[in-house]
Amino acid sequence: MAESEVYLGIKDYKVIGTRPVRHDGVDKVTGRAIYGADVRLPGLLQGHVVRSPHAHARIKKIDTRKALAHPGVKAVITGKDFRTAEDHTAELGEGAVNIRHLVGNVMAQDKVYYQGQPVAAVAATSVHAAREAADLITVTYRVLQPVMDVREAMDPGAPLLHDDLFTDSLGETSKKPSNVVSYFQHKSGNVEQAFKDADVVVERDYETATVHQGYIEPQNATAMWNEDGRLTVWCSTQGAFPAREQTAQVLGIPVSRVRVIPTEIGGGFGGKIRVYLEPVAALLSQKSGHPVKLVMDRADVLRSTGPTPGSYIRVKMGATKAGKITAAHAYMVYEAGGYPGGWAWAGAGCIFAPYSIPNTLIDGYDVVVNKPQTSAYRAPGASNAAFASETVVDELAEKLGLDPMAFRLKNASREGTRRADGPVYPRIGCEEVMKATMAHPHYKAPLKGANRGRGVAMGFWFNAGLTSSVTATVNPDGAVTLVEGSTDIGGTRTSIAMQLAEVLGIGAEDVKPMVADTDSIGHTDVTGGSRTTFATGYAAYLAAVDIRTQMASRAARLWEISEDDIAFEDGTFRSKSDSARSISFKELASKLDDTGGVVTGRGTISPPGVGGAFASLIVDVEVDPDTGKTDVLRCTIVQDAGKAIHPSYVEGQMQGGVAQGIGWALNEEYFYNDKGELANASFLDYRVPTCLDMPMIETIIVEVPNPGHPFGVRGVGEVPIVPPPAAMANAIYRATGSRLNILPMTPGLILASLANGNGRSHA
Amino acid sequence: MPIVWIPSLMQSLTGGKGTIEVEGNTVRQIVDNLEATFPGIKDRLVDGDRIRPGLAVAVDAEVSEEGLRQKVAAESEVHFVAAVSGG
Repeated sequence: MAESEVYLGIKDYKVIGTRPVRHDGVDKVTGRAIYGADVRLPGLLQGHVVRSPHAHARIKKIDTRKALAHPGVKAVITGKDFRTAEDHTAELGEGAVNIRHLVGNVMAQDKVYYQGQPVAAVAATSVHAAREAADLITVTYRVLQPVMDVREAMDPGAPLLHDDLFTDSLGETSKKPSNVVSYFQHKSGNVEQAFKDADVVVERDYETATVHQGYIEPQNATAMWNEDGRLTVWCSTQGAFPAREQTAQVLGIPVSRVRVIPTEIGGGFGGKIRVYLEPVAALLSQKSGHPVKLVMDRADVLRSTGPTPGSYIRVKMGATKAGKITAAHAYMVYEAGGYPGGWAWAGAGCIFAPYSIPNTLIDGYDVVVNKPQTSAYRAPGASNAAFASETVVDELAEKLGLDPMAFRLKNASREGTRRADGPVYPRIGCEEVMKATMAHPHYKAPLKGANRGRGVAMGFWFNAGLTSSVTATVNPDGAVTLVEGSTDIGGTRTSIAMQLAEVLGIGAEDVKPMVADTDSIGHTDVTGGSRTTFATGYAAYLAAVDIRTQMASRAARLWEISEDDIAFEDGTFRSKSDSARSISFKELASKLDDTGGVVTGRGTISPPGVGGAFASLIVDVEVDPDTGKTDVLRCTIVQDAGKAIHPSYVEGQMQGGVAQGIGWALNEEYFYNDKGELANASFLDYRVPTCLDMPMIETIIVEVPNPGHPFGVRGVGEVPIVPPPAAMANAIYRATGSRLNILPMTPGLILASLANGNGRSHA
Repeated sequence: MPIVWIPSLMQSLTGGKGTIEVEGNTVRQIVDNLEATFPGIKDRLVDGDRIRPGLAVAVDAEVSEEGLRQKVAAESEVHFVAAVSGG
C-alpha cells in the first residue's frame, strides 16, 4: 500500500465515526431475518441427539433396533457411522484441532468424557417422533469415576480420561499418560532474587468457575446431502469456512463438496466456532435421503457445547516502596474439558500485560476434566487471569498507600515494553486508558453510604488478524454491493461497509452488504478474535481502492484523457488539467456500460499489524451484609478502540462485555454434583445478568490509532470482559473488607467470607 | 543477525541460553541453523514442513501466517508463541 493511501490520522472522515442505521436492522426488528431454526426445505426431517447421562463412562453397547422400528424414523446413527479418524491436526483459523478428538466430540466412539456428550442421533418425520425414537435407544455404559477439578485431575493417582494422552511440554512428551495436556513456561529476569529484594510482596490463590457464553440462539444445523455427493449445510456459526473445514474433516470428504450457508447468528462470543451438529445432520441426511434439521435446547447448549474454562491461578507480585512492580510469578491451571485444548496460553499472555515488569515467571497448564470441551469466550483465558493479577495489584497499591490507578500508571506498558510472554509492544494505548480512567469524574466522585465500595481494574487482549475476503460491485445507480465472508454478529456488515464507503466518498447507506456462503466468496476466517472490523474492514478498504482505481480509469475513458490527469476527492472524479470536468461517483456509475462494463473490486488480506487492546473498568457496588447480595451502582468502562468506525457498535461491544463480565463475577457458574452432572442446565438456574441487574454502563472510547490498519482500527469485542471480575472483587473489598478469591462472588460466598472475618474463603 | 528467543522449556537444549543470534533469512533457515548448533530443537519446533500444531512463529511481534517461509530481517526478533486468536 502506498503511503498516500494510508488514512491514519485523518480527522475529518465523512463516514467513519458516524452512526448510520445498521443495514440488517429492519429485518431483525421485524422478525424477518432468517436464523438457523427458520430454515425450511422440502421433505425436511427433524433430528434429535441422544446424549450421555454420565460424565465419564465406557460405552459397552448401543441398541437402536426399537428406534429403527418406530414408524416415523428415517435414520439412526451412532459413533460407528463416523469414520475412525487418525490423529490429524487441522488449522481452523482459531487454532488447531485434532480431528480424532473432534469426531469424538461430535459423536462419542467408545467412551464418553462429559455429561451430554452425543452417543446417537435420530432423524424422523417430526420433532416428537424423533424424541420418542431417541428414548427407545438403549445405551449400556460402564460408569467411571469422573474428575471435575483441575488440581485433582493433575494428581498422579487421578482417574485418567484418555489413556493415550501424554503431557506435551513444548514438544517434549511425558513418559506416562496424564490428564495434563500441556505445560509451558515464560521466564524473564531473575524472579527469585527480585522477590527477595522487593519491599512489598503479595501472594494469593484463586479459583474461577466454568462459565458459558450464554448466547441467546442455541446451536442448530440443517444439512442436505445430495445424491451427487454434494453437501449443503445451513447453520449458526461464527465462521462458515472453519465450519466447512471441520465438517469435511469429520466426514472425511473434500471441502469443495461442502457448502456452508451461514444464517443470521444470535450470539456466539467464541462458542460457535467448533462444529457440533453439522456433521451429525449431514450423516442423518445421507442415510435418510432427506434434508435434516437439528436444533439444541438450552440444556443441550449448557451441557454439551464448549463453556470457557474454570481455572486455578496463584499469583505473587513484588514492588518497591517507590511503587515499581519488580517481580511477578503466575501459576495457571486451566480446564480443557473432556478433550485436549485450552486457553492457559492466552491467559499467560494477558496476565501481566498492562505492566512493564523486569522479572517474571509464568507456569501454565491445560488439564482435561470431565466437562464439555472448552471453547473460546470473549478474550478466552484473560478474565480468569486478570481476576488474579488485578486484585493482587490492587492489594499492592493499598499496602504501598498509593492510588490504585496511579500505581498502575506508574508501571504501565507502552510502546517498546516487552510483554512477559516475549513480544515487544508496538504502539498501544495502555497509558492513555489509565489516564482517561483517572480523568473521568466517576473515578473521583464521592461514594457515600455504608457497605459501598469502588473498584478498578485493567485488562488486555491480543486481538487477531487471520484472513478475510470481500468483493464489491458498482451498480448503475451508484450503490455498491459488498459481498463478505464474515458472519455478522455485532453489526459488522455496517462497520465494514462504512470503511468501503469512506474510500469511495459515498454514504454508508449506498453500500449493500451481504454475508455470503462458502461457494460465493474467498476464504474468510471466523468472526472472532475481535478481528472482523479490523481485518474484513481492511479487505473492504482494499476492494474500495481497487474500485476507485478502476473508476478513475473509466472517467479518463469518458473524457478521453490520460488516467494520470484524474483526481478523486469527496466522492468526485475531476480532471486535474480542466476544472470544468468533474463527475460524481454515482454519475460515473451510470455510465459504466458506455466505458467498459461492470466494475468489481476485490480485497483479500491476512493483515499483520494487529493492534492489541486495553480497557479499564470503574465500578461502584453496594453489598447487603445480611444477604450478601451485591448491587452494581455505577459502572464506567474506558477502552482503546484505535479508531471507532461506528461508535454505537463499539459502545455496544463495551457494554456487552462488561455485562457478561459482571455476570461472571457475581452469578454465573457451572454447578456440578459429585457424579459430574450439571445441576443448573437452564437459564433459570444458570443466572446471567438482566437489564434489571445492571445500571447504565457508561462508555469512554479512547482512540490511539493502530498503525497496522488504514483507519487505525483495533479490535473491540473482547477486551471489555477482562477487567470486570477483578474490578468487582476490588469494589466488594472496599465495601466489605473482604478480599474474595473465588468466582463467582455469590451472596453465599460473601456471607461466608464476612463470617470468617478475613474475607478469604480459601486461603 | 536475527535474535531468536528460546522458550524457557527448551533452554535445556541451548545450555540455558534464552536468546541466541542465528543466521538466516527465513524462519526455516533459522530453525535449521539452530538445529545444527543445538541438536533436538527442530523436533520441538517443527512438524514436517510446518511449525508444530499449537505453536506459531512471531517475527518482530507479528504472528506470521507463513510459518517456516516467513522472511526474517537481520535485526529481527523471532519468538515461538501459542497459536491463539479468541472469541
